[in-house]
Amino acid sequence: MLDTTLPDFLASDAQAAERDAVGPGPVPLTLDVNNVSHSLFIEPKTTLAEALRDSLDLTGTKVGCDRGACSACTVWLDGKPIAACMMLAIDVGSRKITTIEGLAHGDELHPVQSAFIAHDAVQCGFCTPGLVMSCAALLESNPTLTIDDIKAATSGHLCRCGTHPHVHDAMLDASRIRKT
Amino acid sequence: MTSADTRSQKYPVGIDSVSMAEIERRVPAGEAPPLPPNAQLAVIGKSIPRINGRAKVTGAAPFTVDVKLPGMLYARLLRSPLPHARVMSIDIGAAERHPGVRAIHVINDVVGRAVETTGQNTPAGTSGRRVLYVGDPIAAVAAVTPEAAQAAVDLIKVDYQPLAFVVDLEDARKPDAPRVFTHPVHGESFAGGNPAGAALPQQGNVLGPNKSGSRGDAAAGFADADVVVEHEFRTQVQTHCCLEPHGLVADWRKDGLTVHMSTQFTAGIRAELAAAFGLPLSRVRVIVDAMGGGFGSKSSAGNYARAAVTLSRQANAPVRLVLDRHEEQIDSGNRPATVQRLRVGARRNGTLTAIAIDTYGTSGVGLGAGIGNFAQAIYDCANFELLQSDVFINAGPGCAMRAPGNVPGAFALEQTIDELAEKLGMDPLTLRERIDLSAVRREERRIGAARFGWNRRRAPGSDSGPIKRGLGMAQSLWGANVRTNSACEVRIFRDGSVEVLSSVQDIGTGIGTVLAQVVAEELGLRPEDITVRIGDTEYPAGPPSYGSLTTASITPPARNAAYQVLRKLIEIVAPSIAAAAGNLVARAGRISTADNSRSIGFREAAAQLPTDQIGVVASRSDDYAGFARKMGDMASAQNALGGVQFAEVAVDTETGIVRVERVVAVQDCGRPMNPLQIESQVQGGILQGISYALFEERILDRHTGHMLNANLEQYKILRSRETPAIEVHLLENYQGMSATDAYGIAEPSNIATAPAIANAVYNAIGVRLRQLPMSPAAVLAALGRIPQRSGPT
Ligand code: FES
Ligand code: FES
Repeated sequence: MLDTTLPDFLASDAQAAERDAVGPGPVPLTLDVNNVSHSLFIEPKTTLAEALRDSLDLTGTKVGCDRGACSACTVWLDGKPIAACMMLAIDVGSRKITTIEGLAHGDELHPVQSAFIAHDAVQCGFCTPGLVMSCAALLESNPTLTIDDIKAATSGHLCRCGTHPHVHDAMLDASRIRKT
Repeated sequence: MTSADTRSQKYPVGIDSVSMAEIERRVPAGEAPPLPPNAQLAVIGKSIPRINGRAKVTGAAPFTVDVKLPGMLYARLLRSPLPHARVMSIDIGAAERHPGVRAIHVINDVVGRAVETTGQNTPAGTSGRRVLYVGDPIAAVAAVTPEAAQAAVDLIKVDYQPLAFVVDLEDARKPDAPRVFTHPVHGESFAGGNPAGAALPQQGNVLGPNKSGSRGDAAAGFADADVVVEHEFRTQVQTHCCLEPHGLVADWRKDGLTVHMSTQFTAGIRAELAAAFGLPLSRVRVIVDAMGGGFGSKSSAGNYARAAVTLSRQANAPVRLVLDRHEEQIDSGNRPATVQRLRVGARRNGTLTAIAIDTYGTSGVGLGAGIGNFAQAIYDCANFELLQSDVFINAGPGCAMRAPGNVPGAFALEQTIDELAEKLGMDPLTLRERIDLSAVRREERRIGAARFGWNRRRAPGSDSGPIKRGLGMAQSLWGANVRTNSACEVRIFRDGSVEVLSSVQDIGTGIGTVLAQVVAEELGLRPEDITVRIGDTEYPAGPPSYGSLTTASITPPARNAAYQVLRKLIEIVAPSIAAAAGNLVARAGRISTADNSRSIGFREAAAQLPTDQIGVVASRSDDYAGFARKMGDMASAQNALGGVQFAEVAVDTETGIVRVERVVAVQDCGRPMNPLQIESQVQGGILQGISYALFEERILDRHTGHMLNANLEQYKILRSRETPAIEVHLLENYQGMSATDAYGIAEPSNIATAPAIANAVYNAIGVRLRQLPMSPAAVLAALGRIPQRSGPT
């Protein structure tokens, strides 16, 4: 689902300006990731993608371009997909981050994950975590999907291997199952 | 082979939807018995979900970029900012003093490009070499953080003497163009489009023409022709854009080198690094688990891997070097640009009398910008003339990319064949019936035309509104390649567990799943019962994942190893169930007599092993009826791979936007092993083909030599919105050639797409686009609505 509203941290420029300047050295910071609170000591310039991958060893989040062009790094910020390479960890604040590692409930996969496996919506798999996060958010917000909904929700994702047709199949199937 | 070590077997042969027969073959004694067609099998030929699917959808799959070793350093490369310069001096003093820096390596020997025979790349009187393109690597730094490494790279002081350069293909051909190489060059055909010819003429930046591949007498053939079609075609540079960047972690220790690398060929990287660093093969280990795409560009170690290994040796610590997206675009290989002039002559009835192709292209500072064997081999024509030249420009070297040569080659020839059909007043399918001798493609055309609704096709430009629809088709040809130097081990353990081991790597095609299927089928088990260990040179050396040869090379030895280790187990357990070993087979988790009267569970049987485990290593035997060609480890099967694709497009004549609405692909790969995974690969080949046809293009600034779209936002790649409806139909084509009779699919599925779209665009608007990409500007220019562009190549 394309969300064209600005994230809060951009919308409230004034608030940002008021915040005390920090850095460039490391600063303490708390991140709520997959319902676990982590205390970090990182430089303010650290992106959320770097914090997840390098500081928290949550390497399921992939970086394909590091500039918002491929969506490989998609995670949820309070349930909405964002590009983790385009947000500083320090700007997350108290909001909840969900990563690909936090999507399944224990051994029980999210329906989108199961559908991806069943329909072979995976080739090399490097784009897959990001795609799964966008697709899972879509299914959570809109259980009755059309192919155009799916194309719109995944339009920012680059899959060089070309899994798109199987992603579409998987999502239509997941949506069908959710409805019944 | 003597008859003592061979035996005769009857193999099913034929195309499943046409007719099946049997053929007798003499095969080596250790070969597993003939497999029946897929319909009679339990596991092979079934759409088994990929075994690492769960790891990939949960983020658990370990990619090279995720590898972290204790004490690991981070490396960055210093690259030339100039397209052509002499490096007068390099001062690394300040970089060495930067906090956290552990090693600096100045790169003097470069690989992966044409080389001047006289060694003029390092002229006397300068302290470095000549850099030949923007991005040419100069030095590498390892430091405790990526930031420190980058800061140190920025502190290296290089004194460049800028030299004249050229990045435009046409400019580079002019006699007075700046020379990329000033001395005779040699080198491999990195981009794979044409063979590296010994002692080709070299004039300015032009190396060639290479005339190999010609046959007959083209002039006589044209004299015989009733109709001649002649046109020029241009194709652009495409970059690989693997989503996982090129990278490795090199760990040099006293007892040997271990490299975790995102590669298509673990065994090849091992050989390459062992030779480069003077190490025995036994002391080099290359590992890759999940691998984020290669498409030809991750086949060799290149300058970056050599740099990382050198830094690790210097620093005495593991070194991680991963390219960023900008580096990926400018220096990780590309599909060369081509300019092809085609002339095709035919008689009234369609019989081809001559094909002549004069082509040049550029692989930057590399070689191999030719057009493959497509035009040479796909149609019946006695007279064939081919002139191929490489033109050097100051740009990063090309390298093999999915069906190198044949992709641009098919774009030109398949449009020319359609033009010929039109001139002859024939349907494009009818003409191909006459000139294409392949029974496989004949069946593919039949199936494809019916599924696609080819009879809906109308005269070119039939739609009256601004949006015009059209239908087109094109064909594919690719070698059924095999690497005989491909081995695999199958082990049975005393607890009944089973392992299959090979250094072959899964780059996204699902070969691990296929190996589990093959072994499970042979042992009467389920795929999930098989532990698959691949992507590590500790295991028997497997094939690369390129050339569409992986399945053809590794599944026969996997099956033979499983068969032979099972025979060992059966010999051991036969007495315990009072059966003759020769009467026992493995099926449904048991070892039983053919009539099922006596049996023992697989696990109970394994418990009788005298040792904890038994294993057999097998390697790829020759195809039973022999190969068409064999050179060293590499061979091509007697029958090439085909494929036919049909495309339906809508062209907006006001905006110039081409939309591909539907593609029907009919492909063959011998015996299909896992149809769902094959479908994935074919879809991927088609989508890359559409992307190549409509969107992708490397743009170099002729004034600075820099790539202007060295990213993923301005280098346009097809995404979900541009994905059409795709239908894939797979032929089962049995030939009785190996223990699995399986061949590849990745490349053949990428060849016919662009020309099928081009032919459909012509059918829509009645104007031919002979240049890629078929961008809105190109369409509008072809329609005469805007001037022809003369942009950068
Ligand atoms: S890595 Fe974040 S969008 Fe590409
Ligand atoms: S599966 Fe390889 S990039 Fe999407």
